[in-house]
Amino acid sequence: MIGFAARRLLATVPVMAVVAVFVFLLLHLGPGDPATVIAGDYAKPEDIARIRAQLGLDRPLYVQFGSWLWRLAQGDLGVSIFSNLPVAQLIGQRLEPTLALSALTLTFAVLVAVPLGTVAAWTAGSWIDRGVMAFAVVGFSVPVFVLGYALIYGLALKLALFPVQGYVGLAEGLWPFLHRLILPSLTLSVVYIALIARITRASVLDVLGEDYIRTAHAKGLTERAVLVRHALRNAAVPIVTVIGIGFALLIGGVVVTESVFNIPGLGRLTVDAVLRRDYPVIQGIILVFSAAYVLVNLVIDILYTVFDPRIRY
Amino acid sequence: MNSDLLLIGRNTAVMIGGGLLLAMAAAALFAPWLFAGDPTALDPVARLRAPAAAQWFGTDMYGRDLYGRTVYGSRISLLVGLTVAAVSVAVGLSIGLVAGYVRWVDAVVMRVMDGIMAIPGILLAIAMIALAGSSLVTVVVAIAIPEVPRVVRLVRGVVLGIREEPYVEAAISVGTRLPHILIRHVLPNTVAPLIVQATYVCASAMILEAILSFLGAGVPPEIPSWGNIMAEGRTYFQIAPWIIFFPGLALALTVLGVNLLGDGLRDSLDPRITKRM
Repeated sequence: MIGFAARRLLATVPVMAVVAVFVFLLLHLGPGDPATVIAGDYAKPEDIARIRAQLGLDRPLYVQFGSWLWRLAQGDLGVSIFSNLPVAQLIGQRLEPTLALSALTLTFAVLVAVPLGTVAAWTAGSWIDRGVMAFAVVGFSVPVFVLGYALIYGLALKLALFPVQGYVGLAEGLWPFLHRLILPSLTLSVVYIALIARITRASVLDVLGEDYIRTAHAKGLTERAVLVRHALRNAAVPIVTVIGIGFALLIGGVVVTESVFNIPGLGRLTVDAVLRRDYPVIQGIILVFSAAYVLVNLVIDILYTVFDPRIRY
Repeated sequence: MNSDLLLIGRNTAVMIGGGLLLAMAAAALFAPWLFAGDPTALDPVARLRAPAAAQWFGTDMYGRDLYGRTVYGSRISLLVGLTVAAVSVAVGLSIGLVAGYVRWVDAVVMRVMDGIMAIPGILLAIAMIALAGSSLVTVVVAIAIPEVPRVVRLVRGVVLGIREEPYVEAAISVGTRLPHILIRHVLPNTVAPLIVQATYVCASAMILEAILSFLGAGVPPEIPSWGNIMAEGRTYFQIAPWIIFFPGLALALTVLGVNLLGDGLRDSLDPRITKRM
């Protein structure tokens, strides 16, 4: 187990290396001089010169990459061109809302999707099953910001159940914090629910045909015990896998949801950075999000052995 | 092939999805007939009008007719969706075929693909557009790049399964050259899964295009794409929610159509999966 974890951890090194090279090269692959691009359309020559010097763009490419990587290894993500603050600090400031939104969304999604998918599999072919599957297809097709505005219109503007937009930190109290976070999390979780419910249904349906399920029925276990203890447990691996794959979906969704609900998280930082062409910030955010994605999938790979002791590496 | 077509024709999802998609394609093609005016014409007197008989979908903050803008917007969405699907399938297919067949290429290419897949697609796309400037071409390229690794993986998987088949071995044993084997024996096996994958790429590309425009990093703002219309409606959402709702509904219906078509095609083209999904 430890040996596997170590080997799996090593395997993330080439992936993160490719990410780093790609993120570094982004600026240089585009047409034109990078400093001019960052400075924008109305920049004066001295602005361009300042940016070129600040980012070290006048040095050879391999020297730039080497020094960038070296600083990266020490946790230095560079300095924002717009605010002159360290990128790591900017990201740190915006971490709480994004983490809170992602965590609540994930909780919602799993709590709703797994029972939904299990029931659909159990009643396969019935109208409940058809309903769940229809919801899964529709949920996957409605863009998150359209859904966000629809929910704001219905639940916040018309019914006044929730605040329209905004964010309140956890430090201000649990209820105000949750109250503002419920609607965005609900919005963001719909795609995720659709994805997880679908895989749960397929996976449980697969397991329900196994011999040990018939044995469990035959020895007189209740439906509930068969479903939860035998079927769901054995169907767990694909479900956990899709939660990991869907994490990429979640990151994309966070960026959009934060813009719709005016939440000052990493997503908003991204959009602001893009509009200002604040390249070091964009680079830092992509690196952090990619690392999070790789890390989540690493943890999930290791979790396989916990969920399914038959898996040995 | 005839029985395949019959099977596809009998699938409800394909019929509904195809119908929705055809309707949108018709709207895109016949936009000038569906809306006689100019979708970019300003009419300051008729600003922020609610949907009514004169303007079915209402007007925006410059008095532009939203029905006309939504109809014309279908052109951008379909164009981006179809082009991205075509580009990423073409590129992914070429890379995947070679990677699946040539061992040393495989090792390198798959590491690079893993790396690209670890970068969230939206972030990669907005970063590229921010740097390369917003144009229709940039948007297509920026959306296609994150989709390529998924196609490569799919094609490579198919190729790895096929290269052990007796008919491929037979082809090798009679001295058939590699390009010929790839095109003649391997390529046809990738067609069915690729068609299904292409529909999903198309759906996600249309959503991504709208998201990019919505965030202000998509096609140039003067083009009436659904994402741009919705982006303009953000500020006025509380007093004129129809600016966001109508293009949003059109986008959701189109994506739903593509997804249904993909699901239905998957079921018809590969009956083995149907039993499980």
